[in-house]
Amino acid sequence: MNIKIKRDELVEYNVSELKGATLLETLNYIKTKIDPTLTYSSGCRSSVCGSCAVRVNEKEVLACSYKVQEGDVIEPLKNVEVIRDLVVNMDKAYEFNAKSKAWINKSASTPDVTQENEKLNEVQSDCILCASCYSACPVYAVNPEFKGPFSLTRVYKYVSDVRDSDAKEKIDVIQTNGIWDCTLCNECTMVCPQDISSKADIEKLRMKSTQYGYMDPNFGSFDGGLDFL
Amino acid sequence: MQNKVLVIGSGGAGLVAALNAHEAGADVTVLTKDYPTRAQTSMAQGGINAVLKHSQNDSVEAHIANTLKSAHGIASEEEVKKLCTEAVDAVEWLDNIGVQFSRTKDGKIAHRRLGGASGDRACYAQDYTGLKILHTLYDQVISKNIEIINDRFLLDIITKQNKVEGVSVLNKRSGEVEVYSANAVVLATGGYARIYDKHSTNAVGTSGDGIAAAIRAGARVSDMEFVQFHPTALKNSSILISESARGAGGHLLNSKSERFVDELLPRDEVARAIHEEMQKGEDIFLDIRHLGEEFIDEELPQERKLAKLYENVDPVYDLIPIKPVAHYTMGGIEVDKNSQTKVEGLFACGECANHRVHGANRLGGNSLLELVVFGREAGVSAADYAKNISVDASVDKIESNNILDEINTYTNDINFYEARTALGDMFYKNVGISRDKKSLQESLKTIKDYISKLHLMGVKDKSKIYNTNLIEFLEFKNMLELSRLVLKGALDREESRGAHYRSDFPNENEAYAKHTIVDINGVVAS
Ligand SMILES: Cc1cc2nc3c(=O)[nH]c(=O)nc-3n(C[C@H](O)[C@H](O)[C@H](O)COP(=O)(O)OP(=O)(O)OC[C@H]3O[C@@H](n4cnc5c(N)ncnc54)[C@H](O)[C@@H]3O)c2cc1C
Ligand code: SF4
Ligand code: SF4
Ligand code: FES
Repeated sequence: MNIKIKRDELVEYNVSELKGATLLETLNYIKTKIDPTLTYSSGCRSSVCGSCAVRVNEKEVLACSYKVQEGDVIEPLKNVEVIRDLVVNMDKAYEFNAKSKAWINKSASTPDVTQENEKLNEVQSDCILCASCYSACPVYAVNPEFKGPFSLTRVYKYVSDVRDSDAKEKIDVIQTNGIWDCTLCNECTMVCPQDISSKADIEKLRMKSTQYGYMDPNFGSFDGGLDFL
Repeated sequence: MQNKVLVIGSGGAGLVAALNAHEAGADVTVLTKDYPTRAQTSMAQGGINAVLKHSQNDSVEAHIANTLKSAHGIASEEEVKKLCTEAVDAVEWLDNIGVQFSRTKDGKIAHRRLGGASGDRACYAQDYTGLKILHTLYDQVISKNIEIINDRFLLDIITKQNKVEGVSVLNKRSGEVEVYSANAVVLATGGYARIYDKHSTNAVGTSGDGIAAAIRAGARVSDMEFVQFHPTALKNSSILISESARGAGGHLLNSKSERFVDELLPRDEVARAIHEEMQKGEDIFLDIRHLGEEFIDEELPQERKLAKLYENVDPVYDLIPIKPVAHYTMGGIEVDKNSQTKVEGLFACGECANHRVHGANRLGGNSLLELVVFGREAGVSAADYAKNISVDASVDKIESNNILDEINTYTNDINFYEARTALGDMFYKNVGISRDKKSLQESLKTIKDYISKLHLMGVKDKSKIYNTNLIEFLEFKNMLELSRLVLKGALDREESRGAHYRSDFPNENEAYAKHTIVDINGVVAS
């Protein structure tokens, strides 16, 4: 079995010795036995630390949970700077969490969280920050400042949390380069290893925003378009 | 320079220390060899122990008693009391900052039972407890604008007259050695169970780098021989199936479908019982089928996913093949009541430290708790210390450069990855659940042999940019240094206690009811 890995160029490796191996096991095999210069990231090897996301045949996967197949083409994530081979620089992507103020503003006294409260954002709090969604999102091609799927999911997680005391602040900051820039294409949902739908979270954030008096700016420009007629 | 606290490591312990040092007024920077949310803490599944106000049929006293019992006489009663008493506060704090703990019907944090506990006292967030705690801590750290610098590998701690002055790190992206000066440094770099290589549940970078650097800098370490084996890792991949599966009523079965041990005994006892069965040629399985699909999907969703993905079995319908593997290292850097090491201004917390709360065998759920309780203590102590001390801001990096230059001259006669695999296999066999003098001595000989041959095991990749071949070599070198200490402790301790089982000395011996303390020159006291 052969697979190709995008390094400076596509390099083919023969990994016939392995049977039913995950991509991470395959990368480890190549690194320790064939070519120690192959460069990639890993950690938990059990799909929970978010280190090993790459693209296989143009789709984002976790290397540690993907089973390798003949002819696979492995590439680094998109929308992030490649440092070397499959290792990318996540600094800028993670900064969107800060720019979106994705954290709790503690209230003076914390209300009890009910079972229903907890279920409201249980899935969102399963995020492992693997950035698969970030890589799959088409918006970055046009707007590199888009706060992006995982940060917006985190914002939804906190604004839907009864313990948060200042949802408004977060809703305010995601109006620009945020929820309205999303095309609702659903690519992020398709690749999330944790079954999170950032698209759905963004739609919910749009609804919340209208409750706070914000409007879809795209309607505005559409009106402008009508004026032109 | 004033008030500068560096935290090395961004797992639960490091982030708690950073938050608390910041709150205590320090200027904090976190350095980590990857990214904050990628630390091993993300892997913790089962829960964090705390007897909360609504806990029924349980008490802080029982938590203390269980912890001490499991520690087999070598925990500090005072520290254990601190740990268990501050647990309520720790979990309430986590709840306040947004951790999504699972809830009971009446809106209280839910509890479940783990091994060795007399009550249901592990607070959990499904079986993603560590993940949700770590991510919430990270969100808090960025909310405080605390600086985090990613992709920096700790090389050495810089000291002058036994006082910390900073650290030297390898910038993985540029390949350059960088020096960060600081008034105080907190080590939170995790444990060393990856010495066991593939026979370990741990994340790949759990190579004890901080512990090795601490010894080189003049700190002491202790109890390195105590390594906990978790009874239930998946047979092929060593990926953990949480103890909560047994806590919820899961059974351990041998090939004849017989139960052979009380599943809720402490880990050392269950692991030994499994080991004995396996020695008889039995295959061992975890059976949770009777818990039912609904329960499994609600309480143990990750376990089902992991078993399907990595062992090709669905626990709702199938038995899960398991084996015990190395999971947690009780030993670590010696610290005093303020989490300070023997080096002034150098603090430690989390799995890399030995706060003497786990003794010879850690209880499940006490480690996440330790991260919060002692992470806080280390952070506050470091901030206090930093306030009152000034250091020279121009420390130099000559020594660490020397090490890298030297490694650069090593030849490639031996593939160190093969040596790393062999080390893991040997440790699992000889320094595992059961040890004896002969197997330990043999292993020590092999380790010394490896160390003497390091100059033949060089790094093939000569690139400066993101050289993971070099990083893995540095980790391997640290693991070799620590292996020697594990073996030294295990050889000296001619008795069986908790996780340290000597088949040639199967009984606990009162004469050894003490800690094995080691510094760079060897055993200091025991
Ligand atoms: C699979 C699994 C399940 C577990 N489940 C539970 C549980 O349910 N309950 C419980 O209480 N405990 C559990 N534990 C134990 C617990 O998770 C760990 O003991 C704990 O997370 C350790 O946290 P830490 O912050 O000390 O270190 P880690 O989380 O390991 O973090 C270490 C940090 O140090 C950094 N670092 C390491 N070396 C260097 C270096 N050279 N330079 C710079 N940075 C470095 C790493 O990048 C990382 O950020 C579990 C452990 C495992 C492996
Ligand atoms: S939302 Fe999903 S795909 Fe995106 S970072 Fe989180 S886990 Fe990864
Ligand atoms: S749905 Fe929105 S956030 Fe998700 S990939 Fe499409 S544009 Fe990006
Ligand atoms: S190695 Fe952690 S998610 Fe793949």
